[in-house]
Amino acid sequence: MKKILSVLLAVAMLAALCCAFASCGKKTEEGGDSAAVTLNGDMVKATAPVEADKTLDKSDFKIGFILLHDENSTYDKNFMDAALKVKEEFGLTDEQVMFKTNIPESNDCYEAAASFADDGCDIIFADSFGHESHIIRAAKEFPEVQFCHATGTQAQIAGLDNFHNAFASIYEGRYLVGIAAGMKLNEMIENGDITAEQAKVGYVGAFNYAEVVSGFTSFFLGVRSVCPSATMEVVYTNSWFDIALEKEAANTLMDNGCVLISQHADSEGAPKACEARNVPNVAYNISTISMAPTTALISSKIDWTPYLRMIINAELKGEKIPSDWCGSLASESVLLTELNEVVAAEGTAEAIDAAIKGLKDGSVKVFDTTKFTVDGKPLEEYIADVITDDAFTPDTNVVGNGIFDESAKRSAPYFDIKYIDGISEK
Amino acid sequence: MTDNKKIREPLLRITKRPSIVWWKAWIILAVAILAGFLLGSLVIYALTDCAPVKVFKSLFDGTFGTERRTWFTLQQTAMLLCVSLAVTPAFKMRFWNIGAEGQVLVGALAAVTCIVYIEDMIPNWLLLIIMVGSSVIAGMIWALIPAFFKAKWNTNETLFTLMMNYIAMQLVSFMIMVWVPNGSSVLPTQEFGWLPAILDKKYLFSILVVVVLSVLMYIYLKTTKHGYEIAVVGESENTAKYIGINVKKVILRTLAISGALCGIAGFLIVAGAEHTITKDTVGGNGFTAIIVSWMSKFNPLIMAFSSLLIVFLQEGSSRIAETYSLSDSISDIVTGIVLFFIIGCEFFINYKVNVRHSVKAAKEDK
Repeated sequence: MKKILSVLLAVAMLAALCCAFASCGKKTEEGGDSAAVTLNGDMVKATAPVEADKTLDKSDFKIGFILLHDENSTYDKNFMDAALKVKEEFGLTDEQVMFKTNIPESNDCYEAAASFADDGCDIIFADSFGHESHIIRAAKEFPEVQFCHATGTQAQIAGLDNFHNAFASIYEGRYLVGIAAGMKLNEMIENGDITAEQAKVGYVGAFNYAEVVSGFTSFFLGVRSVCPSATMEVVYTNSWFDIALEKEAANTLMDNGCVLISQHADSEGAPKACEARNVPNVAYNISTISMAPTTALISSKIDWTPYLRMIINAELKGEKIPSDWCGSLASESVLLTELNEVVAAEGTAEAIDAAIKGLKDGSVKVFDTTKFTVDGKPLEEYIADVITDDAFTPDTNVVGNGIFDESAKRSAPYFDIKYIDGISEK
Repeated sequence: MTDNKKIREPLLRITKRPSIVWWKAWIILAVAILAGFLLGSLVIYALTDCAPVKVFKSLFDGTFGTERRTWFTLQQTAMLLCVSLAVTPAFKMRFWNIGAEGQVLVGALAAVTCIVYIEDMIPNWLLLIIMVGSSVIAGMIWALIPAFFKAKWNTNETLFTLMMNYIAMQLVSFMIMVWVPNGSSVLPTQEFGWLPAILDKKYLFSILVVVVLSVLMYIYLKTTKHGYEIAVVGESENTAKYIGINVKKVILRTLAISGALCGIAGFLIVAGAEHTITKDTVGGNGFTAIIVSWMSKFNPLIMAFSSLLIVFLQEGSSRIAETYSLSDSISDIVTGIVLFFIIGCEFFINYKVNVRHSVKAAKEDK
């Protein structure tokens, strides 16, 4: 028996050695060949609302949705709601709008897409960041089917006519709900509940990458625009949907003295934790007023209906869908849910309306480089990783004319500066 | 015998069957499966107004409706079968290895690690060989750790193997964070280390491997000395000791085989289908495999059918969920109902239910 064990041990060590050598070998051959790849797709920034063209013949049209979770996840529910809305607008039947829920970011996603293609779907839509490489595999196999993928980054470099990305400038929405949060902080300071220095916001983030970083930075800039003494602390859960973890993260932040919480993760964990401790909460994707009536302040959300109308219109007319599409406040892709008057500070609605006007006419910019600093210095240049590669090589300068130009070169966010002054990680 | 009236025979009386003819057992099983399906389709009917006949049609449509779905069903079956084969020797020995999930996962992790670090530095066939080797070793180590503690200090293997699952999952999460420091922790599909497609069918290779493994496992358990030793240790450790079997040796050897097979399953999942890894890559197969193995009485050939049945139910009812806008939990519900009936029918195979003789018949008996 000892013999067997010692042989096993020897083999294991040998294998480890092989891996070690292999990893040494890899380091030397890494080089920046990502420079050769350029953005070659067309990028559209939507500036006007899109209407469903009901006159088109949709008798043999079919669309399939691939969702990471089901309706229990606020993120996926948001997509389902939009899908059901366009289904009604276009007058489509159950057989024409199909869902596959709980599809993991694995080979199952490819199989789900292929199965939809076999069912005769004209458009296949996937909703999770990690679905992208599997959807690209399916897109290569079914050139006649259109594949649309939310939050992805590779459509402009994949060189496929039938693979498309989409997102929305949700940073505008987060900036606006940040204003509501900042007004609430001001109210607490005026009431003497906290001092100006104690105005600390907590943020529960899912993963430490651009989409989340861009989201909380814009939220924080919104808070700061009305409450200059505010600071923010961020905690990551490393999961998109984990009720217990999100609750725990929110509690940790509140224990650390955060007096207002917001989150970018998909469960009701954080809002309910806030309700239990009577701390105001700003949510994402859905209104949380029903689950937290005394603490839910407001939510920002992406409304996917304009994009879905656009792709269905295009498919029915036989037109091309842009490789990358970024919805905005102006295209009604970025929305705010109902403001909870019970929680909101006086004058919040008016302040938000003024900011909406400013964002629409261009007098207010979210990532205004005169309004924030990094390591005490204003930002003059930032090379972001716009062209996706395995090594996350920064490739494109995105700062100019006094702004960080988020979601302009690519719809998916690329603001990944950790962190601007005032934000810290727990 | 004057008190005869007081001893009343109950209406239903259960007696153990000494043995049962094989065809009777099969009829009982068939009736159970059918009843399970019926109840399952009634549940769906209650929820969707979808006629039971349509339910069956949807089940078939979801699993064998197109050529692609048929291959996918077969691939899923092969993977479940492979893990079931892996846990079988351990369970036959009554070693409660509920750590197959983790053993398969570390096998998969080892294979992905090889792909990530070696890439195309060596020819694909050589990479695949290295991947198999690492997966087997990884799976083996993961199974041998609890086996060693069991053999040496008689620790509780159920808890130990279960906890090893969580360590494996966290290990996978950790490695993904090392490889993908800057994203939402998703390792993209890897380009290298794919099993070759046979006859243009990408899953055929892994399916054939599992077929061969099933036959080998059947021979190993039924005809070899090792197989016999496993059976004896499983029935009674004391008997095993008495007839001179080195129990500790058998435990370690069997778990090494079990772990190695789990490693192979992990390798097949990565190289044959996934080409990437998440902490849910095994998707509960490590646990479902235990049901398959027990349900089939550790017979590898019956296991093939049990695996197919379970995959058929799961994939088929997902299709129903999709077609009739139901939550896809319906697939777990239907699978649960049918499994309940199958396991429940064991009772009727092992025991006979006697209905009370009528009074007249009783008199005649006298």
